[in-house]
Amino acid sequence: MSLFYFGSSRQQQFEMDLPHQGYRASKQRGRGPPTGGESMLFDDTSTSGMSTQGSYYTPGYNMAGTSTGMQGGVNNLFADPMANAAVMYGSSLANQGKDMVNKEISRYMSVNKLKYFFAVDTRYVLKKLMILMFPYTHQDWEVRYHRDTPLTPKQDVNAPDLYIPAMAFITYILLAGMALGIQKRFSPEVLGLCASTALGWMVIEVLVMLLGLYLLTVHSDLSTFDLLAYSGYKYVGMIFSVLCGLLFGSDGYFVALAWSSCALMFFIVRSLKMKILTSLASDSMSTGSGAKPQVRMYITVATAIFQPLIIYWLTSHLVR
Amino acid sequence: MGFTLYTLLQAAILCVNSVAVLHEERFLSRIGWGVDQGVGGFGDEPGIKAQLMNLIRSVRTVMRVPLIAVNSVCIVLLLLFG
Repeated sequence: MSLFYFGSSRQQQFEMDLPHQGYRASKQRGRGPPTGGESMLFDDTSTSGMSTQGSYYTPGYNMAGTSTGMQGGVNNLFADPMANAAVMYGSSLANQGKDMVNKEISRYMSVNKLKYFFAVDTRYVLKKLMILMFPYTHQDWEVRYHRDTPLTPKQDVNAPDLYIPAMAFITYILLAGMALGIQKRFSPEVLGLCASTALGWMVIEVLVMLLGLYLLTVHSDLSTFDLLAYSGYKYVGMIFSVLCGLLFGSDGYFVALAWSSCALMFFIVRSLKMKILTSLASDSMSTGSGAKPQVRMYITVATAIFQPLIIYWLTSHLVR
Repeated sequence: MGFTLYTLLQAAILCVNSVAVLHEERFLSRIGWGVDQGVGGFGDEPGIKAQLMNLIRSVRTVMRVPLIAVNSVCIVLLLLFG
């Protein structure tokens, strides 16, 4: 969203940059971002996004600088004073827009909390994908803490993250477009419809879970982003089912659906059980503890049952 | 299944409107969900019914003024664009 604030003179260079970034972002789902830059990204939270934006912009600047140099045909990059002035104006406009965007965003949600969810690395992503597809051999489901704050996903494989759900969501939309194209039912509106449908169901699920947790006074430390992360893990199962459906036909789709549903239900129940049921210890000491664990178990099981239903609902029309 | 974000927004507005029109003394007190009947014992364990009554009361208090604005905007837009 910060790309919209560039000066118009530099529009075409950055549009050339944009599909490249989008392609890399969606195809690199199995690999995390480079670990050196990522550790700097997470530790340097004092400068509130300036360092991250700076490191993101410089590749674009270099590309655009060399391309204008090549078009001018001279070795010196800024030989043309008008191009120099335009670059300066565009970069000052971009900085203003960037500051405004950062200020507005940090009013609505804390960017530091969001950065915690994206501090991942390759090893974590691979292990988490393995656990999502085959959770039966994973022994220790406890989220580890470090002096009262939860550990980042880089250091603890049980911590929820938002990188896998975001990438899986984008990959799911692209895969849906491809599946519809194979069946010759593709049109560009379908992609937007698919995306907003999936997004709408995710919002509904997070709202229902928040409502359920509030009504039953479960004082867990599950924030909204945690619930968003846990409800976004089903996209991995969806991608797996659609891929098997495309490769092996309708039978492969149902086998993959059954497998990923069972794995996902097991994963959700084990992960949420730790967070929801163990908050009982700090809560009500005396009465009502007879009904409470059962009711909390109902929430966990209801969430788990909901996952295969929504996976089937969102993918069955893609595999005929 | 077509499920645009606009549909989601419409559903949210309709739900919040439906909570806002529950009248306090004509309806909620009659069925025992009024604000004066909510307080159980002190301390822990409010229970589902008390939490729900709290939620209804807070939604009605908070969303009364913004709902006026949002409903006016919706009325104008629907009159203009059908």
